[in-house]
Amino acid sequence: MIMPLYKKVVLYLLLSVSAFFIFAPAIMALVMSFMPSEQILTGTIIPDSLTLDHYRQAFERFPLLSYLTNSLIVSLLIMAGQLLLSSLAAYAFVFLEFKGRDALFFLFIATMMIPFEASIIPNFQTIRDMNLLNTYTGLSLPFFAMAFGTFLLRQTFKQIPKELKEASEIAGMGDLKFYLTVVLPVAKTSLVTLGVYGFLSAWNMYLWPLLATTDDSVRTVQIGLKQLQSQEQLNEWGVIMAGGIIVVLPTLILLFLGQKKLQKGLTEGALK
Amino acid sequence: MSHIELLNVSKSYDKQRSVLNEIDVSIEKGEFFVLVGPSGSGKSTLLRMIAGLEEITSGTLHMNGQVVNHLPPKDRHLSMVFQNYALYPHLTVEQNILFGLNAKKMDKKEQKKRLHETAEMMGLTELLKRKPRQLSGGQRQRVALARSVVSEAPLCLMDEPLSNLDAKLRAHMRMEIRRLQKKLGLTMVYVTHDQVEAMTMGDRIMVLNDGKVQQVGEPIALYNEPANVFVASFIGSPKMNMGRAVVKGQQLVVEDSLSIPVEAADVVDLPKNRKMIAGIRAEHLSQVTSDEKTHVLDVISVEHLGNETMVTFEVGREFWTAKWLGQQIVHVGDRVPVGLSVKNISFFDAETGELMKAASSQKQKEGVAI
Repeated sequence: MIMPLYKKVVLYLLLSVSAFFIFAPAIMALVMSFMPSEQILTGTIIPDSLTLDHYRQAFERFPLLSYLTNSLIVSLLIMAGQLLLSSLAAYAFVFLEFKGRDALFFLFIATMMIPFEASIIPNFQTIRDMNLLNTYTGLSLPFFAMAFGTFLLRQTFKQIPKELKEASEIAGMGDLKFYLTVVLPVAKTSLVTLGVYGFLSAWNMYLWPLLATTDDSVRTVQIGLKQLQSQEQLNEWGVIMAGGIIVVLPTLILLFLGQKKLQKGLTEGALK
Repeated sequence: MSHIELLNVSKSYDKQRSVLNEIDVSIEKGEFFVLVGPSGSGKSTLLRMIAGLEEITSGTLHMNGQVVNHLPPKDRHLSMVFQNYALYPHLTVEQNILFGLNAKKMDKKEQKKRLHETAEMMGLTELLKRKPRQLSGGQRQRVALARSVVSEAPLCLMDEPLSNLDAKLRAHMRMEIRRLQKKLGLTMVYVTHDQVEAMTMGDRIMVLNDGKVQQVGEPIALYNEPANVFVASFIGSPKMNMGRAVVKGQQLVVEDSLSIPVEAADVVDLPKNRKMIAGIRAEHLSQVTSDEKTHVLDVISVEHLGNETMVTFEVGREFWTAKWLGQQIVHVGDRVPVGLSVKNISFFDAETGELMKAASSQKQKEGVAI
């Protein structure tokens, strides 16, 4: 696009200012995590010296590493479960013909309108009665069935030409094999998108892990973060910020790695 | 021996909208059978019913003498080429061709052998490692054909396989498909909306309209003796010129504007005072000198094709087109002499559209040829 210089200057100035405001809290957290404690309390914004003390303390005082591992295991479990169930359900909604298929799908979609918080009590009772409190299974099981994932993958699968299915029917290929050898590879982008999305939302989950765990050995990192804050009389902001930064890191790494695919996947089918 | 036999086959959706009505036809082994009709005529549905992709509402479908109505597609021993080729985008050409053989768990050595033979025959040897999106339309088409050839199924179904190609390539592929079919002795059922494809490729043609069979026969028979007005206007390009006609005494009056002298022998089979439709092919509106002319007509459009010239005349409320060889110097607005003979005119019933009498000149020619 061709733009006069003054317009460009104004535009980039506005963009930079708004970017700065959006990122300000994150930047402050980053800066504070490296700042000596005295300076944090005096309200300094630009530190005189940098220190890694807070990071060391965060790892020393709390089982942060074990929290991170727990989070990783739970997030991966949820991601895998969601991918498997969503893609199978979406396959059925697209490629299998049965009476009431569309009605069932709309019912399925309607569950997206029920927030998780509304179903948290029955979920808790179920998990408790199954004796799954304080287990990885208990932490991840309620999130396996995901209407959004089914919806997203159904849209992708619908773009696979029907003729591909018919050609494989003529070749004598069953549904399971078609799903594995054609549908999944063709829908790779959307699967990655959904996987990243599922992983991140699981990673950032707070309420459910708080309820479903009473034991530090299975707690996830988000709960751990909260503990950083409340266990001390005087909040050590530096340590909290250091913990926060550590927790955010995997998210950022995933985002950087998956950015292109994520964008492609989320906008796929939106245009055209 | 007949390979496929359809008996009273019908298809309807939700027991209301009927798509195909009592189709009766038998297709011989090794025959190139073309289903042709305008879009929405049900030709693709019929093909898909033969393939087993679509359920048959009523009637029976026989293959090799056995009822196969409920046989799944894979057990019908057929291959199919789709309009959009249905190539797997994530697989290479080689994997695409071998897809069906892999699904049947065929021996790897045999697979390799067939792959090389087929790739050689279709000129794909250089392209085996490419993905479909790196191929041109014609190459994709050839991969789709190769996939069907490699299966060595005795029956091949094709659903408008050439409609995505440009005109030049289409003419070439037409010939290639025909040659392949003859060489491998395949029974071919070929769906198209293009009557040129139907005429040039088919051993026999079935014309469908609105889910009903209009006519089944050899291409030339369909051209010379169209069973009704629909076939007459559908087969042949430009389409047959038609107009309302009545016999009055020794004259045939077309569109209240053309009077053609008739002899009693020419119209002896025709009912008197009945409304009819007269049809004449473009090549029979012949170009004549002023001395031989039977009529003079107003030119309203001229198309020069180089080797021939299409001249459109106004006849009553209809437009008639003549096809003349060579480059003719005719201008819009001219009054041009033409020669018209009742021997070249086919007569159809104005109400039912059925053929009453085919052009007699064709019959004489056929007689001579035999």
